[in-house]
Amino acid sequence: MARMKFLCDADRCIECNACVTACKNENEVPWGINRRRVVTLNDGKPGERSISMACMHCTDAPCAAVCPVDCFYTTADAVVLHSKDLCIGCGYCFYACPFGAPQYPKVGNFGSRGKMDKCTYCAGGPEADGSKAEYEKYGANRLAEGKLPLCAEMCSTKSLLAGDGEIIAQIYKERVAKRGYGSGAWGWQTAYRESIAT
Amino acid sequence: MAMRLHQTRFAMIRCAMLAVAVALFALVAAPALAQQPSSVNPSASAVKEQQLLQALGSGGALSGRVSIPDRKAGTLIQPNGREWRAFHEGTLRWVGGIAILGMLALLVVFYLIRGMVRIEKGRAGTSIVRFSGFERAVHWMTATCFVILALSGLNVTFGKSLLLPLIGPDAFSTFSEAAKYAHNFLSFPFAIGVVMMFLMWLAWAIPDGTDVQWVREGGGLVGDKHPPAKRFNAGQKAIYWVVVLGGAAAAVTGYLLMFPFYATDVAGMQTAQSIHGIVAVLFIAIMLAHIYIGTIGMEGAFESMGTGEVDVNWARQHHPLWLDEQQARTGAGGPRAAMQPAE
Repeated sequence: MARMKFLCDADRCIECNACVTACKNENEVPWGINRRRVVTLNDGKPGERSISMACMHCTDAPCAAVCPVDCFYTTADAVVLHSKDLCIGCGYCFYACPFGAPQYPKVGNFGSRGKMDKCTYCAGGPEADGSKAEYEKYGANRLAEGKLPLCAEMCSTKSLLAGDGEIIAQIYKERVAKRGYGSGAWGWQTAYRESIAT
Repeated sequence: MAMRLHQTRFAMIRCAMLAVAVALFALVAAPALAQQPSSVNPSASAVKEQQLLQALGSGGALSGRVSIPDRKAGTLIQPNGREWRAFHEGTLRWVGGIAILGMLALLVVFYLIRGMVRIEKGRAGTSIVRFSGFERAVHWMTATCFVILALSGLNVTFGKSLLLPLIGPDAFSTFSEAAKYAHNFLSFPFAIGVVMMFLMWLAWAIPDGTDVQWVREGGGLVGDKHPPAKRFNAGQKAIYWVVVLGGAAAAVTGYLLMFPFYATDVAGMQTAQSIHGIVAVLFIAIMLAHIYIGTIGMEGAFESMGTGEVDVNWARQHHPLWLDEQQARTGAGGPRAAMQPAE
Protein backbone atom coordinates (compact mmCIF):
# COMPACT_ATOMS: atom_id res chain seq x y z
CA MET A 1 0.00 0.00 0.00
CA ALA A 2 0.96 3.56 -0.53
CA ARG A 3 2.18 5.79 2.28
CA MET A 4 0.07 8.90 1.69
CA LYS A 5 1.61 12.28 2.48
CA PHE A 6 1.17 15.95 1.75
CA LEU A 7 3.99 18.12 0.45
CA CYS A 8 3.72 21.86 0.02
CA ASP A 9 6.27 23.32 -2.38
CA ALA A 10 6.53 26.75 -0.78
CA ASP A 11 8.43 28.15 -3.76
CA ARG A 12 5.31 27.63 -5.85
CA CYS A 13 2.55 28.55 -3.38
CA ILE A 14 0.96 31.87 -4.31
CA GLU A 15 -1.32 32.00 -1.26
CA CYS A 16 -4.49 31.86 -3.34
CA ASN A 17 -6.27 29.83 -0.63
CA ALA A 18 -8.02 27.68 -3.22
CA CYS A 19 -7.00 24.59 -1.19
CA VAL A 20 -8.71 26.05 1.88
CA THR A 21 -11.87 26.79 -0.06
CA ALA A 22 -11.86 23.45 -1.87
CA CYS A 23 -11.54 21.62 1.44
CA LYS A 24 -14.34 23.55 3.09
CA ASN A 25 -16.66 22.96 0.17
CA GLU A 26 -15.85 19.35 -0.59
CA ASN A 27 -16.20 18.26 3.04
CA GLU A 28 -18.98 20.64 4.09
CA VAL A 29 -16.73 21.74 6.94
CA PRO A 30 -18.75 23.62 9.57
CA TRP A 31 -18.46 27.35 10.16
CA GLY A 32 -15.49 28.28 12.29
CA ILE A 33 -13.47 25.19 11.44
CA ASN A 34 -10.58 25.15 9.00
CA ARG A 35 -9.05 21.80 8.24
CA ARG A 36 -6.49 23.48 6.02
CA ARG A 37 -5.02 26.97 6.05
CA VAL A 38 -2.29 28.88 4.26
CA VAL A 39 0.33 30.46 6.51
CA THR A 40 2.60 33.18 5.15
CA LEU A 41 5.98 33.48 6.83
CA ASN A 42 7.99 36.72 6.63
CA ASP A 43 4.93 38.40 5.16
CA GLY A 44 5.93 41.41 3.08
CA LYS A 45 9.64 40.88 3.61
CA PRO A 46 12.27 39.43 1.33
CA GLY A 47 12.18 35.66 1.42
CA GLU A 48 8.45 35.53 2.12
CA ARG A 49 7.00 32.06 1.64
CA SER A 50 3.47 30.68 1.97
CA ILE A 51 2.79 27.16 3.10
CA SER A 52 -0.51 25.34 2.92
CA MET A 53 -0.84 23.27 6.08
CA ALA A 54 -3.30 20.71 7.38
CA CYS A 55 -3.02 17.41 9.23
CA MET A 56 0.22 15.82 7.98
CA HIS A 57 -0.91 12.28 8.84
CA CYS A 58 2.21 11.76 10.93
CA THR A 59 4.14 8.58 11.40
CA ASP A 60 3.62 7.59 15.06
CA ALA A 61 1.05 10.36 15.34
CA PRO A 62 1.22 12.39 18.60
CA CYS A 63 -2.56 12.95 18.60
CA ALA A 64 -3.18 9.20 18.63
CA ALA A 65 -0.58 8.70 21.37
CA VAL A 66 -2.13 11.18 23.79
CA CYS A 67 -5.82 10.51 23.08
CA PRO A 68 -7.36 9.36 26.39
CA VAL A 69 -10.03 7.30 24.63
CA ASP A 70 -7.88 5.93 21.79
CA CYS A 71 -10.22 7.22 19.10
CA PHE A 72 -7.53 7.47 16.39
CA TYR A 73 -6.58 4.84 13.89
CA THR A 74 -4.23 4.67 10.93
CA THR A 75 -5.51 3.28 7.64
CA ALA A 76 -3.63 0.95 5.32
CA ASP A 77 -2.65 4.07 3.34
CA ALA A 78 -1.09 5.52 6.51
CA VAL A 79 -3.84 8.14 6.77
CA VAL A 80 -4.54 9.13 10.39
CA LEU A 81 -8.30 9.15 11.04
CA HIS A 82 -10.46 9.29 14.13
CA SER A 83 -13.90 8.26 15.32
CA LYS A 84 -16.20 11.11 16.28
CA ASP A 85 -18.38 8.56 18.09
CA LEU A 86 -15.54 7.86 20.50
CA CYS A 87 -14.03 11.37 20.73
CA ILE A 88 -14.90 13.16 23.98
CA GLY A 89 -13.61 16.60 22.97
CA CYS A 90 -10.92 16.86 25.65
CA GLY A 91 -8.47 18.90 23.56
CA TYR A 92 -5.39 16.75 24.22
CA CYS A 93 -4.72 16.04 20.54
CA PHE A 94 -4.63 19.79 19.99
CA TYR A 95 -1.94 20.22 22.66
CA ALA A 96 0.17 17.45 21.11
CA CYS A 97 -0.29 18.20 17.40
CA PRO A 98 2.72 20.04 15.90
CA PHE A 99 0.59 21.37 13.04
CA GLY A 100 -2.48 22.72 14.81
CA ALA A 101 -4.65 20.29 12.85
CA PRO A 102 -7.35 19.34 15.39
CA GLN A 103 -10.25 21.77 15.46
CA TYR A 104 -13.22 21.84 17.81
CA PRO A 105 -16.70 23.16 17.19
CA LYS A 106 -17.79 25.37 20.07
CA VAL A 107 -20.82 23.50 21.33
CA GLY A 108 -21.27 24.41 24.98
CA ASN A 109 -20.85 27.24 27.40
CA PHE A 110 -17.69 29.36 27.29
CA GLY A 111 -16.69 27.82 23.96
CA SER A 112 -16.21 24.34 25.40
CA ARG A 113 -15.03 21.82 22.90
CA GLY A 114 -17.24 19.54 20.88
CA LYS A 115 -16.02 16.53 18.98
CA MET A 116 -12.75 17.09 17.23
CA ASP A 117 -12.63 17.69 13.48
CA LYS A 118 -9.56 17.54 11.29
CA CYS A 119 -8.32 16.83 7.79
CA THR A 120 -9.19 13.27 6.79
CA TYR A 121 -7.02 13.28 3.66
CA CYS A 122 -10.46 13.17 1.99
CA ALA A 123 -10.73 9.62 3.31
CA GLY A 124 -13.85 9.86 5.46
CA GLY A 125 -14.04 7.99 8.74
CA PRO A 126 -14.83 4.63 10.28
CA GLU A 127 -18.32 4.41 8.77
CA ALA A 128 -18.96 2.53 5.52
CA ASP A 129 -17.15 4.15 2.57
CA GLY A 130 -19.31 6.76 0.88
CA SER A 131 -22.18 6.39 3.34
CA LYS A 132 -24.38 9.31 4.35
CA ALA A 133 -23.33 8.96 7.99
CA GLU A 134 -19.68 9.11 6.98
CA TYR A 135 -20.22 12.23 4.86
CA GLU A 136 -22.12 14.04 7.59
CA LYS A 137 -19.45 13.41 10.21
CA TYR A 138 -16.23 13.53 8.24
CA GLY A 139 -16.96 14.80 4.75
CA ALA A 140 -16.01 13.26 1.44
CA ASN A 141 -14.28 9.94 0.98
CA ARG A 142 -12.47 10.62 -2.27
CA LEU A 143 -9.75 8.11 -1.52
CA ALA A 144 -12.28 5.29 -1.65
CA GLU A 145 -13.25 6.56 -5.11
CA GLY A 146 -9.64 6.44 -6.24
CA LYS A 147 -9.20 10.21 -6.08
CA LEU A 148 -6.68 12.29 -4.16
CA PRO A 149 -7.59 15.03 -1.65
CA LEU A 150 -9.31 17.90 -3.43
CA CYS A 151 -7.00 20.57 -1.97
CA ALA A 152 -4.03 19.14 -3.85
CA GLU A 153 -6.05 18.33 -6.95
CA MET A 154 -7.27 21.93 -7.11
CA CYS A 155 -3.90 23.59 -6.54
CA SER A 156 -3.41 25.98 -9.44
CA THR A 157 0.38 26.03 -9.27
CA LYS A 158 0.69 22.38 -8.28
CA SER A 159 2.40 23.57 -5.16
CA LEU A 160 0.43 21.29 -2.87
CA LEU A 161 1.14 17.69 -3.69
CA ALA A 162 -0.71 14.69 -2.32
CA GLY A 163 -0.04 11.04 -2.96
CA ASP A 164 2.41 8.34 -2.14
CA GLY A 165 5.30 9.84 -0.20
CA GLU A 166 8.01 8.45 -2.44
CA ILE A 167 6.37 9.66 -5.63
CA ILE A 168 5.69 13.21 -4.45
CA ALA A 169 9.19 13.38 -2.96
CA GLN A 170 10.56 12.40 -6.38
CA ILE A 171 8.49 15.10 -8.11
CA TYR A 172 9.76 17.67 -5.64
CA LYS A 173 13.36 16.56 -6.07
CA GLU A 174 13.12 16.90 -9.84
CA ARG A 175 11.66 20.39 -9.48
CA VAL A 176 14.44 21.47 -7.18
CA ALA A 177 17.07 19.97 -9.47
CA LYS A 178 15.62 21.76 -12.48
CA ARG A 179 15.03 25.22 -11.01
CA GLY A 180 18.02 25.08 -8.70
CA TYR A 181 16.38 25.93 -5.38
CA GLY A 182 13.79 24.76 -2.90
CA SER A 183 12.87 25.84 0.62
CA GLY A 184 12.27 22.25 1.71
CA ALA A 185 9.43 19.86 2.40
CA TRP A 186 7.73 21.79 5.18
CA GLY A 187 6.75 19.69 8.18
CA TRP A 188 8.26 16.45 6.94
CA GLN A 189 11.00 16.36 9.55
CA THR A 190 8.44 16.85 12.29
CA ALA A 191 5.78 14.57 10.85
CA TYR A 192 7.78 11.75 9.30
CA ARG A 193 11.24 12.20 10.83
CA GLU A 194 12.70 12.48 7.37
CA SER A 195 13.40 15.25 4.94
CA ILE A 196 13.89 15.19 1.20
CA ALA A 197 17.56 15.40 0.24
CA THR A 198 17.85 17.83 -2.65
CA MET B 1 18.39 79.11 -46.62
CA ALA B 2 18.87 81.00 -43.40
CA MET B 3 16.01 79.04 -42.03
CA ARG B 4 17.64 75.71 -42.91
CA LEU B 5 20.96 76.83 -41.45
CA HIS B 6 19.23 77.70 -38.28
CA GLN B 7 17.55 74.32 -38.21
CA THR B 8 20.84 72.54 -38.75
CA ARG B 9 22.54 74.48 -36.00
CA PHE B 10 19.64 73.70 -33.70
CA ALA B 11 19.89 70.01 -34.54
CA MET B 12 23.58 70.07 -33.75
CA ILE B 13 22.92 71.62 -30.33
CA ARG B 14 20.27 69.00 -29.70
CA CYS B 15 22.68 66.26 -30.62
CA ALA B 16 25.32 67.62 -28.29
CA MET B 17 22.85 67.89 -25.45
CA LEU B 18 21.68 64.34 -26.01
CA ALA B 19 25.27 63.12 -25.96
CA VAL B 20 25.88 64.94 -22.68
CA ALA B 21 22.70 63.44 -21.23
CA VAL B 22 23.66 59.92 -22.32
CA ALA B 23 27.12 60.37 -20.87
CA LEU B 24 25.66 61.63 -17.58
CA PHE B 25 23.21 58.74 -17.44
CA ALA B 26 25.97 56.26 -18.14
CA LEU B 27 28.03 57.79 -15.35
CA VAL B 28 25.20 57.48 -12.86
CA ALA B 29 23.88 54.11 -13.97
CA ALA B 30 27.16 52.29 -14.49
CA PRO B 31 27.70 51.14 -10.88
CA ALA B 32 24.06 50.04 -10.59
CA LEU B 33 24.29 47.99 -13.74
CA ALA B 34 27.51 46.41 -12.59
CA GLN B 35 25.80 45.26 -9.34
CA GLN B 36 23.00 43.37 -11.12
CA PRO B 37 23.69 39.63 -11.04
CA SER B 38 23.53 37.78 -14.28
CA SER B 39 20.50 35.75 -13.06
CA VAL B 40 18.08 36.10 -10.17
CA ASN B 41 18.12 33.54 -7.34
CA PRO B 42 14.66 33.80 -5.78
CA SER B 43 15.54 31.48 -2.94
CA ALA B 44 18.57 33.46 -1.80
CA SER B 45 16.71 34.98 1.14
CA ALA B 46 13.87 32.45 1.32
CA VAL B 47 12.83 31.24 4.73
CA LYS B 48 14.11 27.73 5.41
CA GLU B 49 12.24 25.43 7.75
CA GLN B 50 15.37 23.90 9.24
CA GLN B 51 16.89 27.30 10.05
CA LEU B 52 13.64 28.58 11.53
CA LEU B 53 13.20 25.47 13.67
CA GLN B 54 16.77 25.67 14.90
CA ALA B 55 16.29 29.32 15.82
CA LEU B 56 13.24 28.47 17.93
CA GLY B 57 13.55 28.46 21.67
CA SER B 58 11.72 25.86 23.71
CA GLY B 59 8.02 26.54 23.70
CA GLY B 60 8.33 28.45 20.46
CA ALA B 61 6.42 27.94 17.26
CA LEU B 62 6.80 28.89 13.62
CA SER B 63 4.09 31.43 13.03
CA GLY B 64 3.01 33.61 10.18
CA ARG B 65 0.03 35.44 8.82
CA VAL B 66 -3.22 33.80 7.79
CA SER B 67 -6.04 35.43 5.89
CA ILE B 68 -8.78 33.42 7.62
CA PRO B 69 -10.33 35.08 10.69
CA ASP B 70 -8.94 32.49 13.10
CA ARG B 71 -5.62 34.11 14.07
CA LYS B 72 -4.58 31.02 16.03
CA ALA B 73 -4.30 29.20 12.72
CA GLY B 74 -1.22 31.34 12.03
CA THR B 75 0.88 28.83 13.95
CA LEU B 76 2.48 26.66 11.30
CA ILE B 77 4.54 24.21 13.35
CA GLN B 78 4.81 23.91 17.14
CA PRO B 79 7.40 21.18 17.78
CA ASN B 80 7.03 21.30 21.58
CA GLY B 81 3.89 19.20 21.30
CA ARG B 82 6.35 16.31 21.27
CA GLU B 83 7.73 17.21 24.70
CA TRP B 84 4.22 17.47 26.06
CA ARG B 85 3.39 14.09 24.58
CA ALA B 86 6.46 12.55 26.21
CA PHE B 87 5.41 14.11 29.50
CA HIS B 88 1.82 12.96 29.29
CA GLU B 89 2.51 9.45 28.09
CA GLY B 90 5.66 8.90 30.13
CA THR B 91 6.58 11.16 33.02
CA LEU B 92 3.06 11.78 34.29
CA ARG B 93 2.13 8.09 34.24
CA TRP B 94 5.28 7.14 36.14
CA VAL B 95 5.02 9.93 38.69
CA GLY B 96 1.31 9.28 39.17
CA GLY B 97 1.67 5.52 39.38
CA ILE B 98 4.54 5.64 41.85
CA ALA B 99 2.97 8.37 44.00
CA ILE B 100 -0.45 6.76 44.28
CA LEU B 101 0.49 3.09 44.44
CA GLY B 102 3.50 3.94 46.62
CA MET B 103 1.26 5.79 49.07
CA LEU B 104 -1.23 2.92 49.12
CA ALA B 105 1.57 0.42 49.80
CA LEU B 106 2.98 2.68 52.50
CA LEU B 107 -0.41 2.94 54.20
CA VAL B 108 -0.94 -0.83 54.10
CA VAL B 109 2.49 -1.43 55.61
CA PHE B 110 1.91 1.27 58.20
CA TYR B 111 -1.45 -0.22 59.13
CA LEU B 112 0.07 -3.68 59.50
CA ILE B 113 2.82 -2.36 61.77
CA ARG B 114 1.05 0.32 63.74
CA GLY B 115 -2.57 -0.75 63.45
CA MET B 116 -5.37 1.60 64.40
CA VAL B 117 -4.30 4.34 66.78
CA ARG B 118 -6.52 3.67 69.80
CA ILE B 119 -7.98 6.02 72.37
CA GLU B 120 -5.61 4.89 75.12
CA LYS B 121 -7.84 5.61 78.09
CA GLY B 122 -10.92 4.32 76.34
CA ARG B 123 -13.91 6.44 75.52
CA ALA B 124 -15.02 8.87 78.16
CA GLY B 125 -18.56 8.66 76.90
CA THR B 126 -18.83 12.41 76.78
CA SER B 127 -18.12 14.39 73.67
CA ILE B 128 -17.18 17.85 72.57
CA VAL B 129 -18.08 19.69 69.39
CA ARG B 130 -15.13 19.79 67.01
CA PHE B 131 -16.62 20.83 63.69
CA SER B 132 -19.84 22.76 63.17
CA GLY B 133 -22.49 21.65 60.72
CA PHE B 134 -21.34 24.34 58.30
CA GLU B 135 -17.72 23.21 58.50
CA ARG B 136 -18.72 19.62 57.86
CA ALA B 137 -20.95 20.60 54.95
CA VAL B 138 -18.07 22.48 53.31
CA HIS B 139 -15.70 19.59 54.00
CA TRP B 140 -17.98 16.97 52.48
CA MET B 141 -18.96 19.07 49.50
CA THR B 142 -15.28 19.57 48.69
CA ALA B 143 -14.44 15.95 49.48
CA THR B 144 -17.20 14.54 47.27
CA CYS B 145 -16.13 16.77 44.42
CA PHE B 146 -12.51 15.82 44.99
CA VAL B 147 -13.18 12.09 44.77
CA ILE B 148 -15.10 12.47 41.50
CA LEU B 149 -12.52 14.91 40.10
CA ALA B 150 -9.74 12.52 41.07
CA LEU B 151 -11.34 9.45 39.51
CA SER B 152 -12.37 11.26 36.33
CA GLY B 153 -8.94 12.85 36.11
CA LEU B 154 -7.12 9.56 36.61
CA ASN B 155 -9.36 8.13 33.89
CA VAL B 156 -7.89 10.62 31.40
CA THR B 157 -4.36 9.46 32.12
CA PHE B 158 -4.78 5.80 33.04
CA GLY B 159 -8.24 4.86 31.76
CA LYS B 160 -7.16 3.75 28.32
CA SER B 161 -4.73 1.25 29.82
CA LEU B 162 -6.83 0.04 32.75
CA LEU B 163 -10.52 0.48 31.96
CA LEU B 164 -10.71 0.50 28.16
CA PRO B 165 -9.60 -3.13 27.72
CA LEU B 166 -12.19 -4.21 30.28
CA ILE B 167 -15.33 -2.49 29.02
CA GLY B 168 -14.59 -1.86 25.35
CA PRO B 169 -14.30 1.39 23.35
CA ASP B 170 -17.98 2.38 23.18
CA ALA B 171 -18.74 2.01 26.88
CA PHE B 172 -15.40 3.57 27.75
CA SER B 173 -16.05 6.62 25.56
CA THR B 174 -19.55 7.06 27.00
CA PHE B 175 -18.11 6.85 30.50
CA SER B 176 -15.19 9.14 29.69
CA GLU B 177 -17.41 11.80 28.17
CA ALA B 178 -19.65 11.79 31.26
CA ALA B 179 -16.50 11.88 33.38
CA LYS B 180 -15.22 14.88 31.40
CA TYR B 181 -18.43 16.81 32.04
CA ALA B 182 -18.38 15.82 35.72
CA HIS B 183 -14.74 16.94 35.91
CA ASN B 184 -15.52 20.29 34.29
CA PHE B 185 -18.67 21.13 36.23
CA LEU B 186 -17.71 19.79 39.67
CA SER B 187 -14.57 21.89 39.51
CA PHE B 188 -16.73 24.89 40.44
CA PRO B 189 -18.09 23.61 43.80
CA PHE B 190 -14.64 22.16 44.48
CA ALA B 191 -12.93 25.50 43.92
CA ILE B 192 -15.54 27.28 46.03
CA GLY B 193 -15.03 24.66 48.77
CA VAL B 194 -11.28 25.21 48.74
CA VAL B 195 -11.73 28.97 49.08
CA MET B 196 -14.21 28.47 51.95
CA MET B 197 -11.91 26.06 53.79
CA PHE B 198 -9.05 28.50 53.31
CA LEU B 199 -11.00 31.28 55.00
CA MET B 200 -12.76 29.07 57.55
CA TRP B 201 -9.71 27.36 59.05
CA LEU B 202 -6.91 29.82 58.33
CA ALA B 203 -6.84 31.03 61.95
CA TRP B 204 -5.87 27.55 63.19
CA ALA B 205 -3.58 26.62 60.31
CA ILE B 206 -0.74 29.08 60.91
CA PRO B 207 2.37 27.11 61.93
CA ASP B 208 3.63 27.82 65.46
CA GLY B 209 5.92 26.42 68.17
CA THR B 210 3.77 23.39 68.96
CA ASP B 211 4.28 22.14 65.41
CA VAL B 212 8.02 21.88 65.87
CA GLN B 213 7.58 19.56 68.83
CA TRP B 214 4.86 17.64 67.02
CA VAL B 215 7.07 16.98 64.04
CA ARG B 216 10.08 16.15 66.23
CA GLU B 217 8.06 13.55 68.10
CA GLY B 218 6.75 11.99 64.92
CA GLY B 219 3.27 13.29 65.51
CA GLY B 220 2.58 10.42 67.84
CA LEU B 221 2.29 8.21 64.81
CA VAL B 222 5.85 7.03 65.11
CA GLY B 223 6.87 6.22 68.66
CA ASP B 224 4.56 6.45 71.65
CA LYS B 225 4.79 10.09 72.60
CA HIS B 226 1.80 12.41 72.55
CA PRO B 227 2.96 15.78 71.37
CA PRO B 228 0.40 18.36 72.46
CA ALA B 229 -1.56 20.10 69.75
CA LYS B 230 -4.02 22.92 69.47
CA ARG B 231 -7.10 22.59 67.30
CA PHE B 232 -4.99 21.41 64.36
CA ASN B 233 -1.69 19.59 64.76
CA ALA B 234 1.19 20.04 62.32
CA GLY B 235 -0.02 17.15 60.16
CA GLN B 236 -3.47 18.65 59.83
CA LYS B 237 -1.97 22.04 59.08
CA ALA B 238 0.10 20.40 56.35
CA ILE B 239 -3.05 18.81 54.89
CA TYR B 240 -4.74 22.20 55.05
CA TRP B 241 -1.98 23.87 53.07
CA VAL B 242 -1.81 20.99 50.60
CA VAL B 243 -5.53 21.41 49.96
CA VAL B 244 -5.38 25.20 49.75
CA LEU B 245 -2.25 25.47 47.59
CA GLY B 246 -2.76 22.27 45.62
CA GLY B 247 -6.42 23.03 45.10
CA ALA B 248 -5.61 26.55 43.95
CA ALA B 249 -2.94 25.30 41.53
CA ALA B 250 -5.22 22.58 40.17
CA ALA B 251 -8.13 25.00 39.80
CA VAL B 252 -6.14 27.75 38.05
CA THR B 253 -4.43 25.36 35.62
CA GLY B 254 -7.69 23.50 35.08
CA TYR B 255 -9.58 26.65 34.15
CA LEU B 256 -6.83 27.60 31.71
CA LEU B 257 -7.54 24.29 29.97
CA MET B 258 -11.30 24.57 30.26
CA PHE B 259 -11.34 28.00 28.63
CA PRO B 260 -8.88 27.52 25.77
CA PHE B 261 -7.19 30.64 24.41
CA TYR B 262 -8.82 32.96 26.94
CA ALA B 263 -5.50 33.49 28.68
CA THR B 264 -2.91 31.20 27.11
CA ASP B 265 -1.74 29.87 23.79
CA VAL B 266 -0.99 26.21 23.07
CA ALA B 267 2.40 26.33 24.79
CA GLY B 268 0.71 27.78 27.87
CA MET B 269 -1.90 25.03 27.82
CA GLN B 270 0.81 22.37 27.61
CA THR B 271 2.47 23.86 30.68
CA ALA B 272 -0.88 24.19 32.43
CA GLN B 273 -1.73 20.56 31.74
CA SER B 274 1.67 19.40 32.99
CA ILE B 275 1.29 21.32 36.25
CA HIS B 276 -2.34 20.20 36.57
CA GLY B 277 -1.39 16.54 36.13
CA ILE B 278 1.57 16.52 38.53
CA VAL B 279 -0.23 18.54 41.22
CA ALA B 280 -3.28 16.29 40.88
CA VAL B 281 -1.50 12.94 41.28
CA LEU B 282 0.49 14.21 44.28
CA PHE B 283 -2.70 15.71 45.73
CA ILE B 284 -4.46 12.35 45.36
CA ALA B 285 -1.58 10.48 47.00
CA ILE B 286 -1.59 12.86 49.97
CA MET B 287 -5.37 12.71 50.29
CA LEU B 288 -5.13 8.92 50.53
CA ALA B 289 -3.12 9.41 53.70
CA HIS B 290 -5.70 11.93 54.92
CA ILE B 291 -8.53 9.46 54.28
CA TYR B 292 -6.58 6.70 56.01
CA ILE B 293 -5.94 8.60 59.23
CA GLY B 294 -9.49 9.90 59.25
CA THR B 295 -11.00 6.42 59.02
CA ILE B 296 -9.29 3.12 59.80
CA GLY B 297 -6.05 4.74 60.92
CA MET B 298 -7.34 6.27 64.13
CA GLU B 299 -10.09 5.38 66.52
CA GLY B 300 -12.50 8.22 67.14
CA ALA B 301 -11.21 10.40 64.32
CA PHE B 302 -13.98 9.96 61.78
CA GLU B 303 -16.71 11.20 64.08
CA SER B 304 -15.16 14.68 64.11
CA MET B 305 -16.25 15.07 60.49
CA GLY B 306 -19.12 12.60 60.86
CA THR B 307 -21.25 13.78 63.73
CA GLY B 308 -19.02 16.75 64.37
CA GLU B 309 -18.41 15.69 67.98
CA VAL B 310 -15.40 13.84 69.34
CA ASP B 311 -14.92 11.89 72.53
CA VAL B 312 -13.32 13.96 75.25
CA ASN B 313 -10.61 11.37 75.84
CA TRP B 314 -9.81 11.41 72.13
CA ALA B 315 -9.50 15.18 72.30
CA ARG B 316 -7.32 14.99 75.42
CA GLN B 317 -5.01 12.50 73.74
CA HIS B 318 -4.66 14.26 70.40
CA HIS B 319 -5.54 17.91 70.93
CA PRO B 320 -5.06 18.65 74.65
CA LEU B 321 -4.31 22.35 74.19
CA TRP B 322 -7.46 22.79 72.13
CA LEU B 323 -9.54 20.82 74.67
CA ASP B 324 -8.28 22.97 77.55
CA GLU B 325 -9.06 26.08 75.58
CA GLN B 326 -12.58 24.90 74.77
CA GLN B 327 -13.31 23.80 78.31
CA ALA B 328 -12.04 27.09 79.67
CA ARG B 329 -14.35 28.88 77.32
CA THR B 330 -17.43 26.85 78.21
CA GLY B 331 -16.77 27.24 81.92
CA ALA B 332 -16.23 24.31 84.27
CA GLY B 333 -15.37 22.00 81.45
CA GLY B 334 -18.60 20.14 81.87
CA PRO B 335 -19.15 17.32 79.48
CA ARG B 336 -20.51 18.58 76.23
CA ALA B 337 -22.88 15.61 75.94
CA ALA B 338 -24.81 16.74 78.96
CA MET B 339 -25.76 19.89 77.15
CA GLN B 340 -27.29 17.96 74.32
CA PRO B 341 -31.01 17.37 74.41
CA ALA B 342 -31.91 13.79 75.16
CA GLU B 343 -32.82 11.85 72.09
